[in-house]
Formats: sequence, structure tokens, C-alpha cells
Amino acid sequence: MSANWPEQIFQELQELNIKQVAYVPDAGHSALIVQCQASPDMRAVSLTTEEEGIAMLAGGWLAGECGVMLMQSSGVGNCINMLSLNHECRIPMFALVTMRGEWGEFNPWQVPMGKSTQEALESAGVYVYRADSAEEVAPTVRAAGQMAFNTRRAVAVLIGQRLIGTKNFNK
Amino acid sequence: MSATNSTALNRRAAVARLLRDRGDAIVVTSLGNPTFDVSAAGDTPLNFYLWGAMGGAAMVGLGMAIAQPKRRVVAIVGDGEMMMALGSLATIACEKQANLAVVVLNNEHYAETGMQPAHAGRGVDLVGVARATGFKDVSSVNTEEELESLSSRLFSSAEPLFSTIKISTDPNPVSLPPRDGPYLRSRFREAILGAAASK
Repeated sequence: MSANWPEQIFQELQELNIKQVAYVPDAGHSALIVQCQASPDMRAVSLTTEEEGIAMLAGGWLAGECGVMLMQSSGVGNCINMLSLNHECRIPMFALVTMRGEWGEFNPWQVPMGKSTQEALESAGVYVYRADSAEEVAPTVRAAGQMAFNTRRAVAVLIGQRLIGTKNFNK
Repeated sequence: MSATNSTALNRRAAVARLLRDRGDAIVVTSLGNPTFDVSAAGDTPLNFYLWGAMGGAAMVGLGMAIAQPKRRVVAIVGDGEMMMALGSLATIACEKQANLAVVVLNNEHYAETGMQPAHAGRGVDLVGVARATGFKDVSSVNTEEELESLSSRLFSSAEPLFSTIKISTDPNPVSLPPRDGPYLRSRFREAILGAAASK
């Protein structure tokens, strides 16, 4: 089974009743972003920087809609202070983070943030899951989303570069 | 560029006027004086005060406005907060969320931290920035008459609204609303969602 994991993520987001999708442009999430943009049930909002999405999705949840953040590991550092909103008010946060700087990376400037992505998230109070194979993605996304919205916690899924790399970079 | 400008509007009175006829509108505030000003105008569960997360208030407002398209959402923020999040103005302008208004209380200083001069007083034109990002309903309020005009448009504008209100740096009495995050979020959600808030 070569899982079409972006399509599976989209199905999981629908199951989780995700209405707001905050994203920054990202090759790893590009197929998923297109699907979310096309969905009549979702509002996909393109951000200028990741912390905008943390704030927007907090407001969305406060006012009754669940949302997801689609981003790259390089943007995690931008979010740290904004995550105090989720931490202090116990507002859910659900992020799907594509990893850079860890598996056959070409660009050395991606390595520092990739190295500290998990630690940075955890230090800001975020619970972190990982998916490194296509088969792991859908169940991990489902579990992370359930955890976020059922327990009002900040939860991120790191999608390994090994997975994205085999899909997009070895053409 | 003086530190005080007693001819400018008083922030407490301006915010009280602005919110006088708010009805069921949501108000989200940035940390510091905007939070205190809005609470002084009348604490209600429909106020969501940020006591931190600087730079996030307008985007919290966008998320709320998308989730509650039939309600007016007003973000009341300081000029330092807005300067920190100019990119969010671009995002909001692109989204064209008609029920969202962003009002900047502009004293051209960082009043919370010792009254350092802020960029808005050093030549940066926030209204010009908002207009350049694509906001159509933009205004700069300097007088009581202009405040009346903004107050009448604030809850009825057919497109995203951006306005600054030039306020004095004169000090105001302390007005501290609740700062317990879980309390603020739970009472807000109950007011908006009723029993579904705890689902």
C-alpha cells in the first residue's frame, strides 16, 4: 500500500470537523492545501507568518470552530510566544508540521530549526507526535486531533522529511 | 512630537463612546491599556482580553469573525501591537472578512513600558499601511466628530474596517479585568455557544 497521505490527512480533517485551515506556503503540504482551498466546508487562510495562524485558530475555537495549522518546521520558532495564548487559556492548538533539516537535507540553513523543532514545541507546552512513514500519517493525525480538541491541548504532528523527501524531492 | 498632547482624545472616553451601542458584538483587545480601556467601558463575557500574546489580537479577531459571520467582531489594539503585526493587516485585507473591524488606539508611545516613542509617532502612517494592504473602509479619528462617524460605521460597515484613534498619553485610573485565561475563555465560549461550549 503506497498511501496517498495528503489525501488521507484531508479525510481525517473532515472527520475532525475542521473548519479553519491556517497555512503558510509549503511544498510538503501543497496537495493538502489545494484540497482545503477547494473544500466548501473549510476556510483556508494564507498567512504572512506562522504566529498569525496560532492567534487566528485560537479565536476560531473560542467562537466555535475547530481549525488546523499547516506549516514547516522552520516556522515553529515564530510561534513560541503566541502559544502562550493556548497554554494560558487552555485553548486547543492542532498543527501539522512538515520537517526540514533532518533527512538528506540540501540546505544547511534548515538544519538549526529542524534540530530544535520538537524541543521548542515541547518547551512551549505542545504535545508532539511523529509520523515517519506514509501508513503512520492518518492514524497519527487522527489521534493528535482528538487529543487536541477533546482535552483542549496544543498538539503537533511532525511529518518526517524522510516521508516528504521520498515523495517530492527525488524526482 | 511631544510626549503628551492634551488636545487629543481621552482613550477611556473614546472607547466608551465607541462601544456604547455594541449590542452582541465581540470585542478582543491587545495587552495593556486597550484591555483596561475596554474593561472600563463595561466588562462582559463577550470581551476577550489578551494579557499577552502580543501581536495576536487582530488575528484572534479574524478567527472569531470567520466562526461567527453574523456577529460584529471588533479588535481594539494599541499602536505598538499593530506595528508588531503589520503582516496580519495584509492577511486580514486579503480575507475580506466583512464583519471584522480593527481599531488602533494610537498614542504614538509604548505607554506600558515607560513611554518610549513608538514608530507611529516617528513617521509611520498606520492608516496608510492599512490602505496599502487593501482595506477600503479606513479612517483616522482625531476629533469628537470623527469619533461619532466611526462609532456609527463600526457595527455596520459592509467591509473590513480599519481605523486609528489618536489619543492622548494622559494617565487614566486603573481598570483591571479578570486575567485568568481559562475563566476568560470559558465565559466567552458560553456566551457565544451556550451548552455547546463544553462539548
